[in-house]
Amino acid sequence: MTDLSMPQTRTQSAMGKIALRWLLYVLLGLFALYYLMPLFVMLTTSLKSLEEIRTGSLMSLPREVSLDAWKTAWSGACTGIQCEGLRPYFWNSVLIAVPAVAISTLLGALNGYVVAQWRFKGANIIFSLMLFGCFIPFQVVLLPMARLLGIMGIAGTIPGLIFVHVIYGLGFTTLFFRNYYVTIPAELTKAARVDGAGFLRIFWSIFLPLSLPIIVVTVIWQFTQIWNDFLFGVSFSQAGTQPVTVALNNIVNSTTGVKEYNVDMAAAIIAGLPTLLVYVVAGKYFIRGLTAGSVKG
Amino acid sequence: MSEWLENHLPKVVLAPSFIAVLIFVYGFIGWTAWVSLTRSKLLPKYEIKGFIQYERLFDSPRWDTAINNLYIFGALFIVIAMVLGLLLAILLDQKIRVEGAIRTIYLYPMALSMIVTGTAWKWILNPGLGIEAMVQGWGFPNFEFDWLVNPDYAIYTIVLAAIWQSSGFVMALFLAGLRSVDGEIIKAAQVDGIPTWRIYTAIIIPSMAPIFLSAFIVLAHLAIKSFDLVIALTGGGPGYATDMPATYMYAMAFSRGDIGQAASSAMIMMLVVFAIVVPYLYSELRAKND
Repeated sequence: MTDLSMPQTRTQSAMGKIALRWLLYVLLGLFALYYLMPLFVMLTTSLKSLEEIRTGSLMSLPREVSLDAWKTAWSGACTGIQCEGLRPYFWNSVLIAVPAVAISTLLGALNGYVVAQWRFKGANIIFSLMLFGCFIPFQVVLLPMARLLGIMGIAGTIPGLIFVHVIYGLGFTTLFFRNYYVTIPAELTKAARVDGAGFLRIFWSIFLPLSLPIIVVTVIWQFTQIWNDFLFGVSFSQAGTQPVTVALNNIVNSTTGVKEYNVDMAAAIIAGLPTLLVYVVAGKYFIRGLTAGSVKG
Repeated sequence: MSEWLENHLPKVVLAPSFIAVLIFVYGFIGWTAWVSLTRSKLLPKYEIKGFIQYERLFDSPRWDTAINNLYIFGALFIVIAMVLGLLLAILLDQKIRVEGAIRTIYLYPMALSMIVTGTAWKWILNPGLGIEAMVQGWGFPNFEFDWLVNPDYAIYTIVLAAIWQSSGFVMALFLAGLRSVDGEIIKAAQVDGIPTWRIYTAIIIPSMAPIFLSAFIVLAHLAIKSFDLVIALTGGGPGYATDMPATYMYAMAFSRGDIGQAASSAMIMMLVVFAIVVPYLYSELRAKND
């Protein structure tokens, strides 16, 4: 009896396994569609004419592909009274992000190197205090910062925004480099000191060459944070110095003229493109930064 | 001189950043705390008047709405993002052939600005031309999906968009956790004939407790600070139906000219964040020093 029933149950369980496998892939596929749907809708909407948007369906492919909305979004859409498209604001974001990322990464590397390798009395407390700074809701510093920028004469300017992003990025960049440099044995520093190398020499010749992976993680993290920032951008900029996220929001909420959904969608894709590109090219490092920011140690 | 410099160089290098943090984080928190105890309106005043701003805050129906919204949004966002993230991680952990590609798709929203996410969902959810119109076009003329403009439901559209944005990230956290569970224990359980779902509920998931905690902290932190998404998706409306503490603070600070209210609401936000984050950071730092 048992001999006879064995092969049957085996095929049954094998069939069950295949069915489960199929179910698994169908589920994964459905979730993939869920995540891709908004991007698909944005892209197809941006390629349609307004006429087609009004008469057609949300999910349908464009009958006629038109790049007009992209042109308008880039150089003609109105953000309030001005109608220059996203272009000037896109460059504002570049002008803010590049120096802010460079400065905060460099300072983070030096700070992390000190905290991890040159432990002096109180270094741990200093690091803890800097770490807490990462977690404050920025609302709590908005008012005094607005006044300080005014006193310094850089309110509403791009240097002002660079300054703000460097200051509030320091905690995270220090954390990233510190966690990377603690894994390098302290004997290395000791041996180099015995050989007569100083603080900066050791950093420059030993630590910096080892740092490429963590530099990539930090640069990507900082770039994504600063490019996507809205709170500082909207609080500390004025007409003409707004970053791209603020300009995008203004275009979408602009009440002048007809609502051009295709232009809104093209503008949204343009604003999201740089960070999306970074993610596609260096996703591995992006994820490492995300998880390093939440799971420390 | 140069010897002194060489010996103290580490401190000299760290000092500017540390001083910056002391001033721009702790000093500024102190400033905001101080101003929250005054009668500041359009301009800050420095004469302490007690807790009058906090009394005004807790009497304000708009702040009441903001706090209620934070509860609704926070609870739904955290729970659904965690459940979905865990589910996706478990599904992806079954030796899937195209895992890398699927992971990339699930996680890409995290690279986008909340303003971009809000803009996209605002379009998808708009009743006239979005999902509602599409389903009506499929032959269901009575289909209604007007959450975006319905004061009672608008807050749920923010939950929807926020989950889309962040659940992939939770998945990545959990996936890393699943991969770090000791393979020997799982193998032993399989040899003993324990069914897979039991292995998950009895062995793997309990061993990931620290990851649940991390995910919770990150999501709670995101929820309390949520500002961009609300602005882009609903602008806090209809009326102020979707106001949150962060949008309330911003409105008071930059459009209402009520610095006292802005400062006191910012202080409450910070206290809530600290109530969640400080015990966590403290235990993390202590565990590392032991």
